[in-house]
Amino acid sequence: MATSPIHLATLQTLEATTDRAFVQELIEAFLEDGREQIAAMRKSLASGDAVTFQRAAHSLKSSSANLGALELSAQAKALELLAKAGNLQAAPEQLEAVAAAFPAVEQSLQEFGHGT
Amino acid sequence: MAHSHSPEAGRLLVVDDNKVNRLLLGRGLEQQGHQVEFAENGQQALDRLRHERFDLVLLDIMMPELDGYQVLEQLTSSPELRDIPVIMTSANDELDSVVRCIEMGAEDFLVKPPNPVLLKARIGASLEKKRLRDQQRALIRRFATPEVAEELLANGFELGGKYVNASAMFSDIRGFTSIAESQSPTDTIELLNTYYTLMFDAINGQGGTVNQMVGDGLMAIFGAPVAHSDHPLRAVRAALEMVELIQLFNQGQSAQGKGPIQIGIGIASGRVIAGFTGTQSRATYTCVGDTVNLAARLEAHTKVLGHPILIDQNTWQGLGGQIPAAEQEPHQLRGKSAAVRVFAVPLPAESPELQGPR
Repeated sequence: MATSPIHLATLQTLEATTDRAFVQELIEAFLEDGREQIAAMRKSLASGDAVTFQRAAHSLKSSSANLGALELSAQAKALELLAKAGNLQAAPEQLEAVAAAFPAVEQSLQEFGHGT
Repeated sequence: MAHSHSPEAGRLLVVDDNKVNRLLLGRGLEQQGHQVEFAENGQQALDRLRHERFDLVLLDIMMPELDGYQVLEQLTSSPELRDIPVIMTSANDELDSVVRCIEMGAEDFLVKPPNPVLLKARIGASLEKKRLRDQQRALIRRFATPEVAEELLANGFELGGKYVNASAMFSDIRGFTSIAESQSPTDTIELLNTYYTLMFDAINGQGGTVNQMVGDGLMAIFGAPVAHSDHPLRAVRAALEMVELIQLFNQGQSAQGKGPIQIGIGIASGRVIAGFTGTQSRATYTCVGDTVNLAARLEAHTKVLGHPILIDQNTWQGLGGQIPAAEQEPHQLRGKSAAVRVFAVPLPAESPELQGPR
């Protein structure tokens, strides 16, 4: 794998200060919530609900940064800012880019979680 | 509540809609010995805070149902919940929101995910501050009537004074130094404790507040911080009861072969400057001004006149004839050009040994 979508050092530090089981729990929580947040963004985008959209983007930004998914976090932050500025017209394309990036993050995290 | 014995450990509520954040914060706090509970949104948080005891809340800003601002607003406007410290948890790009929360009453903030050292320091400082505040509440409850304490606690500890109409009272034990010298230190402290218990009872019973105790002397205020328009009457009633209680106390003393004590009380009414003095962490309610000085002088004057209760003209007028008082010779005070009128309040059952100085 040429470039990992996750910053390994973040996860390694996390594991060193906690333990493997906790990091595994964290990863599962992130994946579950992340999928929900993307779904929530799609739904709120369709209904023009900028408040919910912003909150979901904010949440994804926060948890992905915690797990070292820095690129995903930056993309989510861009979406949060769009919603904050009330500029949801520009959001669909970027949201789909986030959705497209998610599986690679998921794979990397699961690989890390299973110690491979 | 074992955790309350350790100043470092507390029962904390982590409020965050993001599960990763909850897990991370919870883990960090548990590692530091705290008991951690969770809420996923503002509404859940308020429900738990209203029914359970927490020492500290870590509050996310952006949440569904009720957001951090709304939770903060409800907490700070609730008399039961306003004293629970709140630390905002935020992303590092929303510091402007954090500033707003601090202005609304949040105690501090932490950027997520927090550095463990910083987390420990901030939580420790907040819990310590809460401990001091709780102590202050307990002190206020001890030194004021429940009514006054509630008033103070509800309106907070704003330092700064205002003019109020009130009656100031000074009281002390006549010849206390020679009493103290003639008995053991243990007996003296016991005597003082009994004395203060009796005096507090009489003063609080009339809605007064004891705001100073020095040695065998005390100062009390009637009509502030809770306004009572009949404060002169309340102060004089309290004084009569104080003397009566000392009379009863003396009967007990003589049964034990101990000598009686006598007290002198001075009361003056009028405008005083009242407020909390001190610092944010340690404050006392006090009153200053000419009225207060006059009360202190009248108390000293009881030694001269041999009447246990002396009052000024304003207090006398405030009695409206409901309690009789006899005018004495006008008293020339140091620093005053005109002599002030002085009235003695006779005891219902005059007893020679209670008349004043030995």
